Amino acid sequence: MGETLLSIQGLSKAFGDCRVLDAVDIDVASGEFLTLLGPSGCGKTTLLRLIAGLEAPSAGSITLADEDLVRIPAERRPVNTVFQSYALFPHLTVFDNVAFGPHLHGVRGDELRQAVAEALATVGLAEFANRKPAQLSGGQQQRVAIARAVVNKPRVLLLDEPLSALDYKLRKRMQVELKQLQRRLGITFIFVTHDQEEALSMSDRVAVMNEGRIEQLDTPRRIYEEPASVFVARFVGETNLLPATVKGRDEGGLLLEVEGIELKVRPPRFDPDDKVHVMLRPEDLDVWSREELERHPELKARAIAARVEEVIYKGSTVDLLVRLSGGDRVAASAFFDEEDPTLDYKRDEEVFVTWPKDWEVLLPWDSGGAGAG
Amino acid sequence: MSRLWRGGYLGLIYLFFYLPIAILIVFSFNDSKYRLTWQGFSWRWYEALFSNEELLQVALNSVTLAFISATLATLMGTLAAVVLYRYRFFGKRLLHGLLYIVIMSPDIVMGISLLILFVSLNMPLGFWTLLLAHVTFCLPFVVVTVYGRLSGFDESMVEAARDLGAGEWLTFRKILLPLLMPAVIAGWLLSFTLSMDDVIISFFVTGPEFEILPLKIYSMVRVGVKPEVNALCTLMFGLTLILILIAHLLLKEKKA
Repeated sequence: MGETLLSIQGLSKAFGDCRVLDAVDIDVASGEFLTLLGPSGCGKTTLLRLIAGLEAPSAGSITLADEDLVRIPAERRPVNTVFQSYALFPHLTVFDNVAFGPHLHGVRGDELRQAVAEALATVGLAEFANRKPAQLSGGQQQRVAIARAVVNKPRVLLLDEPLSALDYKLRKRMQVELKQLQRRLGITFIFVTHDQEEALSMSDRVAVMNEGRIEQLDTPRRIYEEPASVFVARFVGETNLLPATVKGRDEGGLLLEVEGIELKVRPPRFDPDDKVHVMLRPEDLDVWSREELERHPELKARAIAARVEEVIYKGSTVDLLVRLSGGDRVAASAFFDEEDPTLDYKRDEEVFVTWPKDWEVLLPWDSGGAGAG
Repeated sequence: MSRLWRGGYLGLIYLFFYLPIAILIVFSFNDSKYRLTWQGFSWRWYEALFSNEELLQVALNSVTLAFISATLATLMGTLAAVVLYRYRFFGKRLLHGLLYIVIMSPDIVMGISLLILFVSLNMPLGFWTLLLAHVTFCLPFVVVTVYGRLSGFDESMVEAARDLGAGEWLTFRKILLPLLMPAVIAGWLLSFTLSMDDVIISFFVTGPEFEILPLKIYSMVRVGVKPEVNALCTLMFGLTLILILIAHLLLKEKKA
């Protein structure tokens, strides 16, 4: 990762009494693909608009390569935006749309034609230069919007949910294309989305936002495997959250009571009698029949008795909804492999749930976070 | 059967709309002074009209007034609509509401209130008071027409223009104005026709040295409809028709 290009410190934004953004700090590295992920109303689009200069912050600073951006009006900031609605100019041709930015910056004649042709070639629309936006498909309009932004060679490209209007297949393709484009151009991307899959698959780092604050800023892998809070765990991926209580601690870690079994866990960051959530991804859970458990006596002490409620065949996996003896319901995904080539579960079958030692993640108690995700 | 019925119904509507105008046009070519019976085709009323220097001067007055007031109202109204659309400021909603009051208020109220205003300001009644009055009642129609088109715009288009480096003026000139052109032209034409045929408000604020056509016709008709008036009205109708055709062609060209 390169050095810090964009630095955001204590950035806040309020509309009247409504605090949309609350003291946000982010450092974005040069050439990084950063995604702002969160539910609608979490402040991610506002953060993007503050960087673009389309809104003025209530407090805090935005600096780009040691230059204070807040004092520079939007039209002179070295950043460009790809809008959710594309915002193409309907009365101009594709060529004139893309030429709009460079022309305003004094590029003329052959130089202009070449810059526009290059940008259109980058997004694979070279032969569409003379069309009007209305004569293009949604995916093509999307590409024009990207070409219109990157032709200005911005230091940072801001993308506000640019793929949300496309259908599933096209969205998948554009995700790959955007990622490749970013690598090829070496421009820093800040990408806003509410689609966690999109965030995980495209980004170098993801900032998960909730109610105007950043809950966690980390690599996709760590966001998924080691979420910092119940909110992040629930928002990113399928999640099982089991309520648990800390019974005691010793030098080796914590002694935990969860679903009627006692468990020794590593991280010593909680105190006795604390309530916590134990987070487990569906693919982390193993589901055993009684006979299978008999063959693995070492698992007996850790196994939670349960009953199968639903079996969902998905092709590459079989997803189970399982009711634990304590009353909580969890989701488990089982893969076909040499250990269990059949995955033959029946509804109402008595089973036992375990997970590999130390694969659980302990999260601070969050009253809104009980139950399966 | 139902097609026939529908066609007949449509025919009746067209008849209802255009029969009076058709009769007016036909009688402007009637070779008869008083009787409402067809006496043969003749250009004589047009000849009489074009040799009536006084009437021609009045017609020219009206066209001049309509042209200037439509142009002023269009300039001011377009800017006002853009301001109402683009900016947040104190009293914006009140201003927006007041526009509709100007549109809705009876002509007679407006005529009298303008007369009182001009008299209390010691303004001599004539061209300038007429112009002010016409701009006043045309303005809200332009604002409403242009604002209607603006409110259908994608707001991020304006933001995209800024993002790409265009300041306020360039955004207006390169993005908003070209897209607004059909509405601006429509607003101008609407103003022009409103100004051309206004009788009531003009009646209150006009002066003796600047006569305009609607009032002149009104005073001529009081002593009986002269065929000359038919000819004059036919010409006015023709002018309106041509203007509408021009506007229509312009708008069509923009689309392609």
